[in-house]
Amino acid sequence: MARRGRARHSGTAPTPETETGPATPVPVIQIQRLTKAYGHGDATVHALRGPDDPETGLPAGVSLDIDEGDFVAVMGSSGSGKSTLMNILGCLDVPTAGRYLLDGIDVGHLDEQQLSLVRNRKIGFIFQSFNLVPRTSALAQVELPLAYAGVKAAERRKRALAALSLVGLSERSGHKPNELSGGQQQRVAVARALVTAPAMLLADEPTGNLDSHSTEEVLQIIDGLNATGRTVVLITHEDEVAMHAKRVLRLVDGKVISDVRQGPVAGPPPVLAAQLRQRAAAGELIGGRQ
Amino acid sequence: MIFWQILRFAIGGLAANKVRSALTMLGVLIGVASVILLLAVGNGSSAAVKNSITSLGTNSLTVSSGASFGGSRSAATTKKLTVADAKALADPSAAPDIKSVAPVVSTSATAIYGDISYTPGSVLGTYPAYFETANEKIAKGDYFSADDVLNARKVAVIGSTTATQLFDTDDPVGKSISLGGTPFTVVGVLQTKGGSTGFSDPDDVVIAPLPTVQNAFTGFSSVSQILVQATSADTTTQAQSEITSVLMGTHSLTDPTKLDFRVSNQASLLTARESTTKTFTVLLGAVAAISLLVGGIGITNIMLVTVTERTREIGIRKALGAPKAVILGQFLTESTLLSVLGAGLGVAVGLIGSHFKVVGIVPVVIPSSVLGAFAIAVAIGLFFGSYPANRAASLRPIDALRHE
Repeated sequence: MARRGRARHSGTAPTPETETGPATPVPVIQIQRLTKAYGHGDATVHALRGPDDPETGLPAGVSLDIDEGDFVAVMGSSGSGKSTLMNILGCLDVPTAGRYLLDGIDVGHLDEQQLSLVRNRKIGFIFQSFNLVPRTSALAQVELPLAYAGVKAAERRKRALAALSLVGLSERSGHKPNELSGGQQQRVAVARALVTAPAMLLADEPTGNLDSHSTEEVLQIIDGLNATGRTVVLITHEDEVAMHAKRVLRLVDGKVISDVRQGPVAGPPPVLAAQLRQRAAAGELIGGRQ
Repeated sequence: MIFWQILRFAIGGLAANKVRSALTMLGVLIGVASVILLLAVGNGSSAAVKNSITSLGTNSLTVSSGASFGGSRSAATTKKLTVADAKALADPSAAPDIKSVAPVVSTSATAIYGDISYTPGSVLGTYPAYFETANEKIAKGDYFSADDVLNARKVAVIGSTTATQLFDTDDPVGKSISLGGTPFTVVGVLQTKGGSTGFSDPDDVVIAPLPTVQNAFTGFSSVSQILVQATSADTTTQAQSEITSVLMGTHSLTDPTKLDFRVSNQASLLTARESTTKTFTVLLGAVAAISLLVGGIGITNIMLVTVTERTREIGIRKALGAPKAVILGQFLTESTLLSVLGAGLGVAVGLIGSHFKVVGIVPVVIPSSVLGAFAIAVAIGLFFGSYPANRAASLRPIDALRHE
């Protein structure tokens, strides 16, 4: 059941791999003493500060490791610094101080050109407001990151269609964003995020603008992706959403105040695992596994 | 491959706002079309001037009375040109490069035919050599002859404008007109020369034998001009110096800087008139260039609006890993497409427009102006598009994504 390692083509069914990797999971994200401040002098606001340094009294910064294959929910009220953390993790913003290693690469030393390459290859974004490109068909949306990566048209199409079928939207590949429901739009965004087979999926309140039914759909897809070994970092303020994660971080005033593990890094995320257990139990009841 | 991709993005961007794109293109279109058309009009008018001057005859020289430019002489010592001067010039031993000489007197008089009274632009008295020298060709009837001159017969050759004014559709040849009270018989009608350029109509003229006109109007003292034909276009310069030396003799002048006559050839007239039309063309071109510039600023303006409007989209594209160069390329391609399409249509409109007469001038398209206007428009697209495109490409992804 546990699949390790990232599949080359996430759209196509990932090839199951046996446990050949090291027993201890490799951190895909390592942040060390990360701070982010806005403004200058007395007006400085630390959106991300971490605990205060006992000696100097200055913010010591947030330090965090996220393992490959983990599913982390970052929770916090508005202004807690969770969006700032997400923007820094997504290489959309640069920290004021501290180190950020993504998949072993020190992002702080990269220039604009290299950063765009990192965003393209390593990170798949899912936004609260979907952020689809207007007037562009679902297929073209999903092809977009591949186009920027320089993938050839035929290959691009194949992979984009596979990603769309993974989110159950292969029927709607020709539809434009204004012809899709909110849930469908978000599923297109998920397909777009996973089509490049990134090291991590970064979801910023992905269900914030969705009704409960679409929320379930989208979360199910994200659960499934994590079960196939994709690292997921999800930002939310809803407990029902956080329930899906293997690890829950709570941020208050730019500090991590709690770090709870809800499930092992390896294996399916808790909600999916429970569903699988239920199904297995039901299967045993009626005699025999599928 | 990535180039085609950028081109597709750009076309998509333009297609999203069709009316706006069309109006922006219209700015460039008008600019390019006006550059081509106005330069063609300027060129056309200069061609018309050139035509009318060459129609006077390329190897003809005009000697007129009066001090040359810069020469300051008192009126008392100025000798008028006379028929004697013309005769001296006609001497082949003194002036071997002169083919023929025609003294001209000009006056004005009212012509009456039946109950129609009309005042032609000028009434000239001259020798038959005038017709060849001034490149006047006969359409109907014949020139008057040397015999007519010797006998001072009252005959006249009239220009086509005068013919239409006096005779309308009647055949003027053989008819008698009264010119300032003297009856003249029309023996010929000249071909239409055209090329009126706001000065005088060269077809509005009555030409009669010199002694007849002198007798009836001007008297025998002097002539207003002597028209000289050089043996060929190449010998006009020699002919000019021969005229100067002969006339210095007859006018007993010694100082070549203080002449009481002026020799002008068609080439110098041509240069003077050409420089006038050149100024005209430059002015027209400048006006057109300004409109092209305004079209270019229109591109900048609309691209800035587009960039602002699509800031969020730029943010999304950047989050998906679009490199700066691709964003820059997309917006630069959009602005260049606008200018290329606008310029292309402008060239078409300019070329079509040049088939029509503009204020009486037939435009003559300058091929280099077509190329130049097109190239400048495309360059303007690149130049004026680069600022908004650069602004789009330099947006920080986080700021672009947060843009409302």
